[in-house]
Amino acid sequence: MLCGLLTPSAGVATVMGMDTRKESEALKQQIGYMTQRFSLYEDLTVKENLQFISEIYALSRTRRRIRIEQLLENFNLGKQVKQRAGTLSGGQKQRLALAAATLHEPKILFLDEPTSAVDPQNRRDFWETLFELADTGTTILVSTHYMDEAERCHSLAILDQGVKVADGSPKELGEGISYHVFEVVAEDPNRARLSLAKQKAITSITQLGVRLRVLIPKEVDDALQLIASTLKNSEVQAEVDQVLPDLEDVFVAVTQSRREGMPA
Amino acid sequence: MKSFIRMFAIMKKEFLQLSRDRLTFGMIVGIPLMQLLLFGYAINTDVRNLSAAYVDEADTHLSRQFVSDIGASQVINIRQRVASVQQLRQLLDAGSISIGIALPDDFDRRVIERDRQAVQLLVDGTDPIILGVAQQLSSLPVRFDTQATPPSSVNLMEVRNFYNPERRSAVNIVPGLVGVILTMTMVLFTAVAIVREKERGNLELLINTPVKTPELMLGKIFPYIIIGLIQLVLVFSLGWYFFKVPIRGSQLDVLAASLVFIAANLSLGLLISTLVQTQFQAMQAAFFIFLPSILLSGFMFPFDGMPAIAQNIAEVLPLTHFNRLIRGIVLRGADIMSMWEELLALGVFMLVALTLAIARFSKRLD
Repeated sequence: MLCGLLTPSAGVATVMGMDTRKESEALKQQIGYMTQRFSLYEDLTVKENLQFISEIYALSRTRRRIRIEQLLENFNLGKQVKQRAGTLSGGQKQRLALAAATLHEPKILFLDEPTSAVDPQNRRDFWETLFELADTGTTILVSTHYMDEAERCHSLAILDQGVKVADGSPKELGEGISYHVFEVVAEDPNRARLSLAKQKAITSITQLGVRLRVLIPKEVDDALQLIASTLKNSEVQAEVDQVLPDLEDVFVAVTQSRREGMPA
Repeated sequence: MKSFIRMFAIMKKEFLQLSRDRLTFGMIVGIPLMQLLLFGYAINTDVRNLSAAYVDEADTHLSRQFVSDIGASQVINIRQRVASVQQLRQLLDAGSISIGIALPDDFDRRVIERDRQAVQLLVDGTDPIILGVAQQLSSLPVRFDTQATPPSSVNLMEVRNFYNPERRSAVNIVPGLVGVILTMTMVLFTAVAIVREKERGNLELLINTPVKTPELMLGKIFPYIIIGLIQLVLVFSLGWYFFKVPIRGSQLDVLAASLVFIAANLSLGLLISTLVQTQFQAMQAAFFIFLPSILLSGFMFPFDGMPAIAQNIAEVLPLTHFNRLIRGIVLRGADIMSMWEELLALGVFMLVALTLAIARFSKRLD
């Protein structure tokens, strides 16, 4: 919607001071957008794809040549210049797509779930490239459902069914929620989970291997004791610790409280 | 200026993709070649060698003479002699013959007295062309050599065959085929052009760039105009080589008429492309246009013979107008300006289709 692809059902959106409905064409020269699915031409080579994009943005002839050379160098695609885009590996495709999206040096770059199809090593490299881009002054907007990716961002907003439910830096968000987070390490996490599920004060339980992450509203006094006693009553051996909330907890907390009609 | 750069970018990209797509490349040359040879040789309204059988109950010198005369015309090919009219009927019913010839036992007397028909032709009338042939056969003279010629009845009507004195079907078929081939390939190519980008996800990229809809549309049309012209040259060269079809009018007129026609078909294809969701639907829609074009445009059947409603439908199809233009120029040597209405009709069709396509295409996802 912010790129001017979808018409807002209500209200007005401005990106860099431009109305997304009325000035979407002018806006497109200023922003870059990397689609979720690889959307360059698979039957064209790497070079031809970049050439095409540079012409579509109507860059001057010399500018085109300089930018394409720069990008091939920066994104480590020099060896694949003559290779068809369709035969590239996932990571190479992704680098090519990012190169194409930044070719016209946009001030804002929109990335739609950019790492949904690449392996962890490529993901790491990809984020490094993004940080380099951010250092050069490009604003980058990423949508993702990986919380570890969200953690790398300078500021983030959590959307739940199209409604923004929280925003801030990762640290602010962690401190901002009205829940305490406890980690329960049990030998039999399944039984521990079942026994805790009966306790009404607990908002959510997430199992991570042998550990359980338990969210309890801050109003509940002595939550640690409550968990320990609940577990003891059902004769489950477990260690309970209070921990700092991570983004996943934040996400669960804010989306949960919205559904229950409570403030986060 | 920027518009031109963007349009050229789209054109260049289309050419690159075309040169990599072997199947499409094959279609550009393969479809005209195959259709021309197939239709050029197969569609033949100058009928010869129809299967026939006869029953000769008279079995006289004259009747045998008659049967051999009618066989010598080459219009029919006499397969067998049967014993009775009933057997003739059976063969006709079974479809093993198209024409049956029945000579009664008083054949000689009837020929001499000339008061009743001496020969009966039993014809499979389901095919009007065969019926027409039978009617021509009925004018064959039947009489004894020595018999006085009946007072010659001067034929009051004379047929003079203009433009195609040798009565070759190919002369009519080949120029018509240019239009059919162009309709098929041009509509199909552009009909899938935008849907293909949609299906492969390329459109999501394109609509995020500053490229404008008319630039995209025109950039997609131009490469195919060149391909259309290649096909045009190909069909006429082959038509001249294989079927000796001449171009009587000016070649420039042929080019002008074809250009407008190609552009009209490409616009129609683009319009289809903006209306459908998948390449498969695009192909179905292209054939929906293609079939009436072949049947109603005057390519197959004379336009004037069709009922008014079919004529009205045909007037909407670009091929109808192109057929009149191209046959006029190529076969009658007509000047293109003497048929300016047809040219105008094609031009209007193109503008309407292209405008609708541009209006229909939205650079938004919703």
